Amino acid sequence: MKKGTKYALMLGAIPFITLVFALPLVNRIKPVVFGLPFILFWILSWVILTPLILFIAYTLERKFNNPEDGDED
Amino acid sequence: MSTALLIIFGVIIFSGLVGIYAGRNLKMNLENWTVGGRKFGIILIWLLMAGEIYTTFTFLGASGWAYSKGAPSFYILIYGALAYTLSFFILPKLWRIGKKYGLHTQPDYFIHRYNSRLLGVLVALIGVFSIVPYLQLQLQGLGFIVKVASNGTVRSELAILISFVLTCVFVYTSGLRGAAWVSVIKDTLMIAAVCVVGFGVPLIYFGSYSKMLEVLMEKMPEHLVFPGAAPHMGVWWVMSTILLTSLGFYMWPHVFGSAFSAKSDKVIKRNAIIMPFYQIPILLIFMVGFTAVLVIPGLENGDLAFLSLVNKTYPSWFMGFIGAAGAVTAMVPAAILVLFASTLLSKNVYKAGFDPGADDEKVMRLSRFMVIVIMTVSLIFALFMPNELVNLLILGYDGVCQFFPGVVFGLFWKRASKSAVMAGLLAGIVMVGVLILSGNDPFLGLNAGFIGLILNVVVTVAITLVKKK
Repeated sequence: MKKGTKYALMLGAIPFITLVFALPLVNRIKPVVFGLPFILFWILSWVILTPLILFIAYTLERKFNNPEDGDED
Repeated sequence: MSTALLIIFGVIIFSGLVGIYAGRNLKMNLENWTVGGRKFGIILIWLLMAGEIYTTFTFLGASGWAYSKGAPSFYILIYGALAYTLSFFILPKLWRIGKKYGLHTQPDYFIHRYNSRLLGVLVALIGVFSIVPYLQLQLQGLGFIVKVASNGTVRSELAILISFVLTCVFVYTSGLRGAAWVSVIKDTLMIAAVCVVGFGVPLIYFGSYSKMLEVLMEKMPEHLVFPGAAPHMGVWWVMSTILLTSLGFYMWPHVFGSAFSAKSDKVIKRNAIIMPFYQIPILLIFMVGFTAVLVIPGLENGDLAFLSLVNKTYPSWFMGFIGAAGAVTAMVPAAILVLFASTLLSKNVYKAGFDPGADDEKVMRLSRFMVIVIMTVSLIFALFMPNELVNLLILGYDGVCQFFPGVVFGLFWKRASKSAVMAGLLAGIVMVGVLILSGNDPFLGLNAGFIGLILNVVVTVAITLVKKK
């Protein structure tokens, strides 16, 4: 597997870890952050961070994978 | 005629005309009609995908769930973001294969990858059976929203009929491009409606979001953590449902097929990056549902929470605006659904199964005819049997999710074979059918579709590994 693809996949796993597998750990109201119950704050934060994570994955893929392969983007 | 009615019907008719106008300069062939000539740039793709994802039931369902179930509704906010993350890795490759071999539909891909027309026909039929209840739901949602928004002065049947005719006509003339153009109107109206109501009602009743949430946390803290007010929707149900729905998201034939309409694989990848932002309005919709819990508690039908609260808070012409937004929000997904269902029937069932020699023009003619047939079938269901397809709808969603192993193994695992994928698919479908129809969903706290998917993956992998090349 190409280096860029590997990095991209590792980054892509983050939303799945935080937004699925971590849910039992954050299923609570306190502490209230920005007026939101903690669970909702957690979910919203990671939903907003997901595009950023994907953008970094995209940049890494372009940086490490050879664009000639046609498999990079 | 009241202002509200003028707004509702004005917008419905205007949208239909825009959809027809969208196809004016296109020479309609199968490629233009089904995948927009593969020329969509990032803006049209964004609009199209948003058009598919944000349906009437995002409006009514997300607020209704937040109202009646509480925290389990959060899964709606999550699964989209995860589906886009997956699409970042899957769709570009799929697009390249589609471009190279001229694929238009999901069964096209199965036929190409597994070299099996039988598998293609099977996938097409499961796809159509899953789409029809979904389409019916859009028509019913449209009727419901217009009826409530017009304060009962418009019969839902009338609204359904008018939108039905307009949608048929613009799908017939303009194909996918028509749907993408109408999506512009729909997104503008829907975002405006969600912002006005979502920002408005918590402020009007409580002065601020945090105040509203503070009152809610004080009064009913259990509403805001899993399982909320729905005892069978605990955190495991939520997790399995998120996984299932995010994996299954792009397996809907119409969402899958839309990926082929992009101009390049880059467009798809960039679109995947920005799509999660589109999830944020859902938070506003939740806020409407939560405000409704405090302001108008005790509604029997949670789906009414959004509309009832608007009705109580805003002048009646604004209800017309909401009704219009809701109607167009049903028309666009309906157009896309019927377009893909008709292509599946003509290209992948009729042509692949019975008439391999049919040329594109014949398939195109048949597809256009099937638009009218499928819409009419859904219309009949919507008007005369509105309550009988709830199970079929869940079955449909869980059904299309079963395509996931076939698609993903097909892309990334060379050994995955036709017989393994077909056996896995059938095992998954049967498992889902048995669990749902016997009333065992959720099963052991997990979503039934998820259990079917696990079985499906196990069977597919096992048969592939056991069979020597």
